Amino acid sequence: MDQTSAPIYEALEKLRRDRVVHFDVPGHKGGRGNKELLQFLGEKCLKADVNSMKPLDNLNHPVSVIKDAQNLAAEAFGAKSCFFIVNGTTAAVQAMIMSACKAGEKIIMPRNVHRSAINALIISGAVPVYVNPGINKRLGIALGMSVSDVEEAIRQNPDAKAVFVNNPTYYGICSSLQRIVEIAHRHNMLVLVDEAHGTHFYFGEDMPVSAMKAGADMAAVSMHKTGGSLTQSSILLCGENVNSDYVRQIIGLMQTTSPSYLLLASLDIARKNLSLHGAEIFRRAVELSQYARNEINKLGGYYAFSTEIIDNDTVYDFDLTKLSINTRDIGLTGIEVYDILRDEYGIQVEFGDLGNILAVISTGDRPMEIERLVSALYEIKRLYSREPVGMFDLNYINPDVVYTPRQAFYSNKKTVPIKDSKGEISGEFVMAYPPGIPILAPGERITEEIIEYIIYAKKKGCLLMGTQDIKVENINVVEG
Amino acid sequence: MELWYTENHTPNVRFSIKVEKQLVSVESQFQRIDVFESYEFGKILVIDGYLMLTEKDEFIYHEMLTHVPMAVNPDIKNVLVIGAGDGGTIRELTRYQSIEKIDMAEIDKLVVDVCREYIPQTASKLDDPRVNIYYEDGLKFVRGKQDEYDLIIVDSTDPFGPGEDLFTKEFYGNCYKALKEGGILVNQHESPYYPHNAMAMQKAHKRIKSIFPVSMIYQAHIPTYPSGHWLFGFASKGLDPILDLKEERWNSLGIKTRYYNTQLHRGCFAIPNYVKELLENA
Repeated sequence: MDQTSAPIYEALEKLRRDRVVHFDVPGHKGGRGNKELLQFLGEKCLKADVNSMKPLDNLNHPVSVIKDAQNLAAEAFGAKSCFFIVNGTTAAVQAMIMSACKAGEKIIMPRNVHRSAINALIISGAVPVYVNPGINKRLGIALGMSVSDVEEAIRQNPDAKAVFVNNPTYYGICSSLQRIVEIAHRHNMLVLVDEAHGTHFYFGEDMPVSAMKAGADMAAVSMHKTGGSLTQSSILLCGENVNSDYVRQIIGLMQTTSPSYLLLASLDIARKNLSLHGAEIFRRAVELSQYARNEINKLGGYYAFSTEIIDNDTVYDFDLTKLSINTRDIGLTGIEVYDILRDEYGIQVEFGDLGNILAVISTGDRPMEIERLVSALYEIKRLYSREPVGMFDLNYINPDVVYTPRQAFYSNKKTVPIKDSKGEISGEFVMAYPPGIPILAPGERITEEIIEYIIYAKKKGCLLMGTQDIKVENINVVEG
Repeated sequence: MELWYTENHTPNVRFSIKVEKQLVSVESQFQRIDVFESYEFGKILVIDGYLMLTEKDEFIYHEMLTHVPMAVNPDIKNVLVIGAGDGGTIRELTRYQSIEKIDMAEIDKLVVDVCREYIPQTASKLDDPRVNIYYEDGLKFVRGKQDEYDLIIVDSTDPFGPGEDLFTKEFYGNCYKALKEGGILVNQHESPYYPHNAMAMQKAHKRIKSIFPVSMIYQAHIPTYPSGHWLFGFASKGLDPILDLKEERWNSLGIKTRYYNTQLHRGCFAIPNYVKELLENA
């Protein structure tokens, strides 16, 4: 068997040809039981929506086609073992952290992690040691971790079990992963990598280093984000130092026992496609992204940043497929441009924050759509730009962690209006989604600065969430 | 043996032309291009299965796209034509001695090559010295221009496939910027009859209206297009297509036409009530 095979896909095709009669779930029976859904998704799709059975293997105990597909994926990604995940990369991140740390054990991580990482801390009871990611003031974005900051955190917390790294961040920024792996391994710590935005690092040419290549121990890879599989499908990679059978048990604690074969087959086929054509696909994505960056920078007023921000410290490398565009100089926040693009021009970008928008360029893009984006940005500048006054300056707000996320989340709490919450300890998250990086995590002291930030972000139209109060006006805080 | 070319005007309505033979069938990086010899309509150009023109009725479309704006402003000197790979629009424009420059932005060189070889009736004037052909995406071309043209003609395919970006708000906005003071934008505006065409025409009208102070619709009867009832858009930075019509001046030019005349010019802006309603509700 080699990378041209797709064992799960082939088993599903065989099952369809065999015309098996189904007295098992799912009850729609190839769509016959749900005509409207059948019409919407098509017969091929619904006939492939089947349950685990002998010829299709079992995700929680793989011995045949799923095992083969996972082995092919491990080979393609240069990992020792690989797990297909159907509960999103969130589940992969949680499995990494729970495999590495038990309750009360420490994990070193940058504060700009995705909420899934802090969720894992609530579930597992692991204790975060935050490293300050650098901030680029001009762009208003958090960066990567500097090697010296990681070294210092390790020195101060020699009992920590793992170091957690984003590779890259949502904006495409990479830390010096190889150096961090060296140092962490010297101190017997595992390195866990959130590669939600880094699938292409394994297949493209001249990309930042991937987690497995850098010698990291585990990596959570969102195949669905830039790799072409279906939404919610993801993979977890393990290196030499990890007991993969234990990891499988951890995954089994929370993963569904009815995994979707649509998702599994999409992982299988996407892996095959990337193995065979990945280099060409991502060469094209980089080309389109570079072209867009040049054209957008020619418009004036926008800054589509690239490798010039590399400083070998908090920005060790940059992912050229990410098209992040700073909008400050036209006097609009990223979230305002994001809304105008969608509402007025029918163009949906990945997200807008206070200073930037991010467009994802990947396997499915064509030059025509790039021209539309560039032209629409020109029009927005022509029609909506204003003096850039009263713009918010992002500062890294060093969190004052009073309780672990788990302690705070499960403590007795009371509800107070956010505007009056200064000095309290948060019992829940507040974040803008996307990007889903918490502004406040459970256990952190609420400061005046944080309150101002939340109110400003809300006013500018960021979609805030995380609190029990769906309007994000009140917050649950730890009762004193 | 009978050979028929069929286009589905809707999933439930078919339009067929009996074909004598297929002259060419090629695939470019953008689309499939076919030319057929037919008994009733002469040569016909088909792109991705959709009929683009026939030798018998192309004059209607090309005359209406060009002479309407030229009769409103006979002083037009610089023209940009977007699409128009078959050359028919260019042929009509080259009849005006007063036009100094015609830029044409066509994304697909193969359409031009095929038409030059097989449909000289429309492609004959593409070598006029005033014509500059740019094989480029229309949106990309126009967004690089500012205050440069007196007239932009959008002679596009339908709002799906490679012509899709020529129906967007960002495209019309960039056309506005590329036009000089008093400039005119004329576009192929789809049909009001079948719902999917009508929806495209409503969207286009809404977008153009949000950008240009003058935005009106005129119509023509084109036998081989879906429903036969076809619309064009006339938008400008100020000129009114009827109040500013230079009737005597245009007639003094002595341009011989088969469909267009200045009386029809006044009449073609009178549109049926159901179309008016569609436009009002756009």
